[in-house]
Amino acid sequence: MKNKINKVQEAEDTEEIEDTEEIEEAEENEAKTYVSEEVKKRKVVVPGEVIVTGEDYLPSDGTKRVGKDILANRFGLAEEAGRVIRVLPITGAFMPRRGNTVLGRVTDITFHGWLVDIDSATSGFLPIEESPRFISKNEMDQFLAIGDVVAAKIMGVKAKGIDLTLKSKGLGKLENGFTFKVSPNRVPRVIGKEGSMINMIKEKTGCSISVGQNGWIWISGENIDNEIKARKAIDFITEKVHMEGLTDKVEEMLNGN
Amino acid sequence: MAIKRTDGRSLTELRPMIAKVGVIPNADGSAIFSFGDTVAIAAVYGPKQLHPQHMQDPATGILRCTYDLLSFSVHDRKKPGPSRRSQEISKVTEWALSPALDLQGFPNQVVDVQIYVIQADAGTRTAGINAASMALAHAGLPMKDLICSVACGKLDKDIVVDLNKDEEDFKDGEGATDFPLAKFATSDEFTLMQLDGKIQPERVKEVIEAATEACKEIYEVQKKALKEVVKH
Repeated sequence: MKNKINKVQEAEDTEEIEDTEEIEEAEENEAKTYVSEEVKKRKVVVPGEVIVTGEDYLPSDGTKRVGKDILANRFGLAEEAGRVIRVLPITGAFMPRRGNTVLGRVTDITFHGWLVDIDSATSGFLPIEESPRFISKNEMDQFLAIGDVVAAKIMGVKAKGIDLTLKSKGLGKLENGFTFKVSPNRVPRVIGKEGSMINMIKEKTGCSISVGQNGWIWISGENIDNEIKARKAIDFITEKVHMEGLTDKVEEMLNGN
Repeated sequence: MAIKRTDGRSLTELRPMIAKVGVIPNADGSAIFSFGDTVAIAAVYGPKQLHPQHMQDPATGILRCTYDLLSFSVHDRKKPGPSRRSQEISKVTEWALSPALDLQGFPNQVVDVQIYVIQADAGTRTAGINAASMALAHAGLPMKDLICSVACGKLDKDIVVDLNKDEEDFKDGEGATDFPLAKFATSDEFTLMQLDGKIQPERVKEVIEAATEACKEIYEVQKKALKEVVKH
């Protein structure tokens, strides 16, 4: 433990030294400081582009180290979180990951469970043991029939396919209401910081809304007007993802109508 | 001494380039790229499950390219459907792009790239490769680098870049040589090299140097187009 603290302190010390050096050399090294400031603001990078140079940084998702440079491995937004550099996706198809909550549609019933289309390369499989209560193999279609929409959690992603589970809070069959799709890359913005955006929409419209990481959204409300209002708010968010103060704008919009 | 090119360009001057990303909302990634009057559009779908199953590779995902000219892209209507020429170009495009892609994380899956030439005025395969490279990046696939492609050539005794149709049909002196190339944007690794015509072996170096310079310009255009995605 003590060692760790010392190490951290050492690291901080060296950082400080570097900082002062940087100030002294700022005029000479204008280009370099410019780059590091840009990263803090997040910048768009293309594959193969150098994000930062230096041994201090750690490459994370979507990046790799080549010599002293950290290069982007994919197109996206480069972000610096402390020393960790990662590239966040802004376009492209949904890439399933363990722990994602997704919405899907049941496409087939087998002896051991349900096949669920979750809009990824391989379809999801929901084993019968992963349903929240005991279900006899004879009455599987009474619990989930073909065409039903279900919210499930990804248990694991394997070469053979994706395993789903319903054993968690807020998962299960989604009845009534309607589903529609948005780009999976816009989902974080629809949810907002710690759910701020989606909770606000739920509160203002009185609808129940479920958002899957794969971009499927399910809305169910007391009347169709509220449902349409909620959908319009979500469509507005997906169109204006890069706008600042979006939560306030959406709130204004929902209060106005 | 340099012969004047029909459109008044200098020997190392490219035709005006236009690039745009995200032109096909349904696709996972898409781009349009043009060299003057040559316009190519590319769409990427996937990664998705590969059928037929016997083509699947459990070790890695595969890239599948389709290149074709649209019927109205040329003066005399091109009969639609795959031809010997379009199948060959599809294959070399696949080889030109796959070294930049890293599909290890997508076993048994396929990435489909479809390239269509809307208007043809020579250099269609290179415009197609440029568009496809941007579309693959736009689809968020893991890539080592972007691919830039340009056709160089020789008109009589002069090395020129980015030939148009009139230049390709040039007959005087030694005639025209068409030399399409594709390379990694930030390194000197070449992924496509074809030759149609005659050239002295010692002059190939000059062609490669001209292509390297031209690819730098193309890379800037591709990069700018990709970065404009965020602004809206």
